[in-house]
Amino acid sequence: MKPLQAPIKKLMIGVAAAAVLGISSLASATDTIKVGILHSLSGTMAISETTLKDTMLMLIDEQNKKGGLLGKKLEPVVVDPASNWPLFAEKARELLEKDKVAAVFGCWTSVSRKSVLPVFEELNGLLFYPVQYEGEESSKNVFYTGAAPNQQAIPAVDYLMNDIGVKRWVLAGTDYVYPRTTNKILEAYLKAKGVADEDIMINYTPFGHSDWQSIVSDIKKFGSAGKKTAVVSTINGDANVPFYKELGNQGISAEDIPVVAFSVGEEELSGIDTKPLVGHLAAWNYFMSVDDPANDAFIENWHKFIKNDDRVTNDPMEAHYIGFNLWAKAVEKAGSTDTDKVAEAIIGLETPNLTGGTAKMLKNHHITKPVLIGEIQDDGQFSVVWQTEEEVPGDAWSDYLPGSKDIIADWTPPISCGNYNTKTKKCSGQNY
Amino acid sequence: MSRCLYPDLHTKLASLGLMAWLVWLLLYTAPVTAEDATADLTTAFELLKGRSFKDKGEAVDLIAQSGHERSKMILAALLASHLYKNKEDERIVIRETGKQYQDALSGELLEGVNKRKLKRITINNQLRGQIRDALATLDLASPEATVRLAAVKSMTGNVDEASQARFRASLAKEEDKRVKEALLTALAIAQLDAADPAIRLTAIEQVTGNLDPAIRAKLARLEQDSSQPAVAKAAKQALDGIEFKLQLYATFETLFFGLSLGSVLVLAAIGLAITFGVMGVINMAHGELIMLGAYTTYLMQQLMPGYDEVSLLLAIPAAFLVSGTAGIIIERTVIRFLYGRPLETLLATFGISLILQQLVRTLISPQNVPVSNPDWMSGTLEINSVLALTYNRLYIILFCLLVFTALSLVLKRTNLGLQVRAVSQNRAMARAMGVRSARVDALTFGLGSGIAGVAGVALSQLTNVGPNLGQSYIIDSFMVVVFGGVGNLWGTLVGGLSLGVANKVLEPWSGAVLAKILVLVFIILFIQKRPRGLFPQKGRAAGD
Repeated sequence: MKPLQAPIKKLMIGVAAAAVLGISSLASATDTIKVGILHSLSGTMAISETTLKDTMLMLIDEQNKKGGLLGKKLEPVVVDPASNWPLFAEKARELLEKDKVAAVFGCWTSVSRKSVLPVFEELNGLLFYPVQYEGEESSKNVFYTGAAPNQQAIPAVDYLMNDIGVKRWVLAGTDYVYPRTTNKILEAYLKAKGVADEDIMINYTPFGHSDWQSIVSDIKKFGSAGKKTAVVSTINGDANVPFYKELGNQGISAEDIPVVAFSVGEEELSGIDTKPLVGHLAAWNYFMSVDDPANDAFIENWHKFIKNDDRVTNDPMEAHYIGFNLWAKAVEKAGSTDTDKVAEAIIGLETPNLTGGTAKMLKNHHITKPVLIGEIQDDGQFSVVWQTEEEVPGDAWSDYLPGSKDIIADWTPPISCGNYNTKTKKCSGQNY
Repeated sequence: MSRCLYPDLHTKLASLGLMAWLVWLLLYTAPVTAEDATADLTTAFELLKGRSFKDKGEAVDLIAQSGHERSKMILAALLASHLYKNKEDERIVIRETGKQYQDALSGELLEGVNKRKLKRITINNQLRGQIRDALATLDLASPEATVRLAAVKSMTGNVDEASQARFRASLAKEEDKRVKEALLTALAIAQLDAADPAIRLTAIEQVTGNLDPAIRAKLARLEQDSSQPAVAKAAKQALDGIEFKLQLYATFETLFFGLSLGSVLVLAAIGLAITFGVMGVINMAHGELIMLGAYTTYLMQQLMPGYDEVSLLLAIPAAFLVSGTAGIIIERTVIRFLYGRPLETLLATFGISLILQQLVRTLISPQNVPVSNPDWMSGTLEINSVLALTYNRLYIILFCLLVFTALSLVLKRTNLGLQVRAVSQNRAMARAMGVRSARVDALTFGLGSGIAGVAGVALSQLTNVGPNLGQSYIIDSFMVVVFGGVGNLWGTLVGGLSLGVANKVLEPWSGAVLAKILVLVFIILFIQKRPRGLFPQKGRAAGD
């Protein structure tokens, strides 16, 4: 062989190999649709969010068994923002720019959602947000499959006021945007119903707060003035565990001062002894104990997937189930995973929920949900004591706050705005 | 001749009369027969099978008033969620301990019950309250004095007309002194609402000095009632009389909360006081050594499931060894080479803290792990109706004092303690006296870290155990050590307890978040005035 042919041969083999690799990687890149999962797997919110990551993996797995979407397989991309709010924004940017995911399912705390909101609007991504929240927001790029205050907080307060006869109120929450805004709404609502200032006690604690002695003692004193008292709890994360323990230790039973929680579900209760908590309440749109064939099938699939019969299901998991199914339907209807096309196709779509009804995606990017109030049982499950007959449509802008009464969200043309003032006929745009 | 002309007739008439009266008694005054009671229960069971909570409430009333001998047992089972409906034969069954089932009406043990066909009869909070009241009413007639006392106490505060009559009837027959007192108090509270002002005045007199919050609430309402001025004045007097006592107990309570928070701070900081004090080493991994102690408790509980007390007690020496060994390893491998370079030590130990956190996340789990409390740690010690101390905090305060005493003894009475104190006061002189300061350094670090591990055991009983546990306590530990004076155990104790009390005094006024900020600002200002802390070390060479 001529001396120059050997290196040229090597070169040609190299180029060929690179070409094959390149083509195959291109091929595999176009063969899957990437789905981002943005949930804290460590830190103070891991207690609530880790199971949502597992739910998404199960839903993606099931969809792939049905043949994927648009003839392609779905590929999950899991990141861990570690209960660190700025890290949520970084990870969201990574999912959208680097991994080029078609949609992201994630976030729990409102502060994490507020952190990623500018990123999703800048990069025109899609976020499906599965957790109950305080409203006062509607984004072109976010679909809210969790409850708005009119689908959770207000009905719970109505139940306490009318069915239980509560006259004094303690609003206890973690110190960030969701409890602060929800309590603003509830305070306005209670005052509108004639509750006096001295009958409302509001209290905020930091994330992960563990020394509840003085606060629980104050609640006890507040509740022994002779009027029926209840606690409306927007406490989030693992601070709930020492809170409920302290309630039990100081002898406050649910019959004396019931606590209705908005962020405590089967998952948060699964690690603790719930005997001292029997009778305390939670307000959600789904409970694992609901008797329905769709729910039974979901729970069975979940136990098979996670290979652990002790794992529980909860409301945010149902919200991801609904959100994922709506997204899949929208993608198939639009024939593409492009954000704008999917956002247009998804409005008005319906999918069955797990309590025997249907969830419909509305123009304001919220869905219709039934409201259920349940009491904690000694096995960590909830027993439903009250529910709405029909699904309630989610309202992003509370009717009880003076600044939001006249605002609606409507993303369909001609309004196409998240904060549209019906009186001044102006769209004020997103306020971060 | 006898007076009675017809003696036999007289007795016969008397006995006839007696018999007639007895028959009348049986027929007309016996409240219920066995058949009536069973019929009531059967109706009640039908109501229980439905979904309406209102129906179930009626059922509870029926069962309570039926007079059936099993009504108490059925109500107790319903309260404990042990009452089920068998979907196969529509029977109501009670679940006993040991998974046996018995028919609710007859009590016969049932064999071969299919658990899947049983549907629990659910209740809500209002029903729970109603059942408790019904049970208390049934308990009023119990032969045991303690049961009667508990029943009266549970009904105190909401005694309606019917119950008042029952209480008065019980009072007439009652022989036990405590139960009599409780009945009188309950009746007095009920009479505070009476229409007649004279009755109200007598009632106020009877409840004067009683601190019960329900009574205080009623007295406050009476004080506001301007339509009965004499009553209002008496109520105001009664309230003023107990005002001082109330303030006193409220102060005690805040003090207790502050001491318990402070004892947690002291436990976390005392190990740091030794390592920081003796060697001047800023150990940012101190929080993780606490976390290792907490995880040791978790692992001991996993190793000995069901023996919560034993595993907790064994966890104390185990945690000491685990964290102490970790401390000695850190000292020998990293810190030894960085003596005299505080910034590098800070960085290096910060890196070690990150490594330890990730190690726990990888080897065990990134989520919190459940650590259960033994039974004697739950519940409260009720001093009176306004002061109740939770047991877990009481034990933590005692534990903190024990650890402090033990550590002081080690430092004052043992050889190692002597050498540690010598090295921390004047290293060069101690070495000149023959103390092997390198070995003392390693052992001191091990001692401080071991104490951190023991603190972790205590913390595992109070708060969530997760990889980030250390991060919540490292700043507080440094605050206590700096405030109390470096290298001084008494400084740490006084500093920690006073910071805890200060935090709890501020909390009701400013909220939890602002209280912490204010305490931090206070320490910064204090350090400006007194840089060496509360109890600085004495001696010319100390503090170099």
